[in-house]
Amino acid sequence: MLNISEIQTIKHDVIVIGAGGAGLRAAIECSAQGLNTGIVCKSLLGKAHTVMAEGGLAAAMGNVNPHDNWKIHFRDTMRGGKFLNQWRMAELHAKEAPARVRELEEWGAVFDRTKDGLINQRNFGGHRYPRLVHVGDRTGLELIRTLQDHGIHQGIEVHMECTALDLLKDGDRVAGVVAYWRETGRFVIFQAKAVILATGGACKAWSINSNSWEYTGDGLAMAYRAGGELMDVEFVQFHPTGMVWPPSVRGTLVTEAVRGDGGILLNNKGKRFMFGYIPEKFAPETADTEEEANRWLKGDTSARRPPELLTRDVVARAIKKEVEEGRGSPHGGVFLDIANRLPADRIKKQLPSMYHQFKELAGLDITKEPMEVGPTAHYWMGGIRVDSDTQETRVPGLFACGECAAGLHGANRLGGNSLSDLVVFGRRAGLGAKAYISKLSNTPKTDAGQIQSIVKGATDILNRESGKNPYLIHEDLQNTMQKYVGILRIEEELQTGLVELERLKKDTASVKAHGTSQFNPGWSEAIDLRNLLICAEAVNRAALERQESRGGHSRLDYPGERDEGLTFNVIISKGNDGMNVRKEPRKDPPKELASMAYATLEALEGRHGS
Amino acid sequence: MAPKRKFRVWRGQGTEGRFEEYEVAVDPGMVVLDVLHRIQAERVNDLAVRWNCKAGKCGSCAMEINGKPKLSCMTRMDTFKGNEPITIQPMKTFDVIKDLVTDVRWNYEQNKRIPNLKPKPRDPDGHYRMAQKSIDRIQEFRKCIECFLCQDVCHVLRDQDKKDKFVGPRFMHRLANLEMHPLDTVDRIPAIRRDFGSGMCNITKCCSEVCPESIAITDNAIIPLKERVVSRYYDPVLWILRKIFGPKKTKSCGCSK
Repeated sequence: MLNISEIQTIKHDVIVIGAGGAGLRAAIECSAQGLNTGIVCKSLLGKAHTVMAEGGLAAAMGNVNPHDNWKIHFRDTMRGGKFLNQWRMAELHAKEAPARVRELEEWGAVFDRTKDGLINQRNFGGHRYPRLVHVGDRTGLELIRTLQDHGIHQGIEVHMECTALDLLKDGDRVAGVVAYWRETGRFVIFQAKAVILATGGACKAWSINSNSWEYTGDGLAMAYRAGGELMDVEFVQFHPTGMVWPPSVRGTLVTEAVRGDGGILLNNKGKRFMFGYIPEKFAPETADTEEEANRWLKGDTSARRPPELLTRDVVARAIKKEVEEGRGSPHGGVFLDIANRLPADRIKKQLPSMYHQFKELAGLDITKEPMEVGPTAHYWMGGIRVDSDTQETRVPGLFACGECAAGLHGANRLGGNSLSDLVVFGRRAGLGAKAYISKLSNTPKTDAGQIQSIVKGATDILNRESGKNPYLIHEDLQNTMQKYVGILRIEEELQTGLVELERLKKDTASVKAHGTSQFNPGWSEAIDLRNLLICAEAVNRAALERQESRGGHSRLDYPGERDEGLTFNVIISKGNDGMNVRKEPRKDPPKELASMAYATLEALEGRHGS
Repeated sequence: MAPKRKFRVWRGQGTEGRFEEYEVAVDPGMVVLDVLHRIQAERVNDLAVRWNCKAGKCGSCAMEINGKPKLSCMTRMDTFKGNEPITIQPMKTFDVIKDLVTDVRWNYEQNKRIPNLKPKPRDPDGHYRMAQKSIDRIQEFRKCIECFLCQDVCHVLRDQDKKDKFVGPRFMHRLANLEMHPLDTVDRIPAIRRDFGSGMCNITKCCSEVCPESIAITDNAIIPLKERVVSRYYDPVLWILRKIFGPKKTKSCGCSK
């Protein structure tokens, strides 16, 4: 039996798991609040998926259009989320995002400027006004590097290439986490009074996705196993524009900024098809002719927005339909044209990394030819259920923020609302942890039995004589989810998906990793698979439960939004024998917020909020 | 059936290791990282390689391919003509942890030594104002994805192993970013000379040549920093330096990078 005393132990007041935008911002806040703070990340610092965010960070600063204010941002967010968002989170987010942007600027972020020297803001899908603070099309890199360069001077201890395995508990409370160092394969116990999860989503469960190897839902699964709840997980965002060719880059993100800056979607007949897919609800605010859409692009405030900038769920479904009905591009996508919309030098200036990406990876010059794009699994709207103000989960001392937390985005996330989510709620999670720790009367104790079983679960994978190849199980899982729990869902296929997932769970129970524990990607893959399977099953079960189509969740057998759908959130939790699924009734929103969300634009414009 | 191609991949831990040969089917559009993933999935599950974004945006998968420092996710297989085996090895400047993974922690320690931005007060209306023109040059440095390929080829670090004397090109342009920031109030010139080793760089420009983001590290960061140091400490010498190095571009050192 393993001797626990031989395992390295590191003590912190708070340990943050994940070092993307949310984790870094949370750690910075914890440290600012005087807490001894550690942060662990699976990769090197600064490599998290936040670097892939391209278009920008949404904040109603009103630098480009002075009519913008937090109320309109709030309204856009609720409408984009099909009113299933947590009202309070959408309110806090819209109110606090501008302050978080100013703070980033003080910490060294260098955003693109307007002619007057202010922070510039660009148009994006679902946002009424130019609202996205940006740096060309590499805003995520700017965000993460700024937080990194600031954070390393704040006394935070960074534990790089360290993977969290499972949470430790003392009774109901969280007491720390067991992890392993990638380099040596040795285990480490982080003892902490509070744990903040900032581990991102789990889109690695689909074969066509925009995520890196890290996005296996570790935080979601750890919270689930520790007694936390998952909410709204049926809502997975398929970003409408991922690369479709060559096969090796299928799924890689093509920023929405291409459309924000004037790019249009065309089918193989050369038709600008989005005009045929404008939902009734958005018709009053969407252009119905190319002429009007072009006027809007030139800044004509009397014109309405082009339909390419409808919310992502709408655009993704439209593309899928065009392809299915035989109007797709040669490699199974549609065309995204910027070449005929902007001069080459402006494309290179405004979308440099897109230019580079297509040139290098697809041998295509986007200043001359249209891109081929199609939907790619991109983002989890749902996640760990948290308190709107403090980000605390149902497990005392356990907090979650960023993509792994649920609530802000409802049924669909607006582009640009992710980066702002990270900094607004990363900070709030830090404040929440501080408040929790201040009230603790004693330090939670770690339990040797729990540690032993976590370690054994990981080493068994290496020690068993034989077993299935983790890479092949992962591929199998991805194909299963793509086929049965994809963009368009139907009862029969979802049921088949569940049966397939049971088979995959059995395979994973006997997965075998070859080699030693030192920097062994096969072993990591096998460990992460366990988390990914929980996430996949949660999506599948929640998708069965929600019998309507709303935002990122589309049921062929239940088309359209149903009034009943607005009355509940789907909650997943761990039961004694498997996964529990239930509908949690939604509370009525505060009157003031409800009237704001349903108000006309005219009523909100020009009336700057507090 | 996709055509097969031979690869020689460095395998080993620490100072011990050897090249192993693998024959791998190469599909159209594949990059070197895809080949490594295929080897990993089908042959050696524990082959150690770092990667994240697979789109040239995170800088994780830096390595030396046929002797050239590159991002493996941005190196397309169809750029290799002929049928010679392709050699893949870890960055030479850093110690090998395992296979293609090196110990790059030293870089993170250097960043920690650099004092961050300390901005001047805001305008009375709460804004900072900066002309786009005045930030274009620092935005160039901020494109850096920290792949550390520039550190890998820097002669001071790679051949002379003077990591105790010079922070390397990545952090010279980080310093330039801060020094040229219109809002910054910190004076780093003494430290740039004394602690960060601006005098060590002999302007061979190898760093600029390998930068996947095409940052003109030498011309736009290191030389201006050297000039600032010189004008502070050895003003009379400034004109000689300019005579030697500028404004004409200096020649490449002729190394294989």
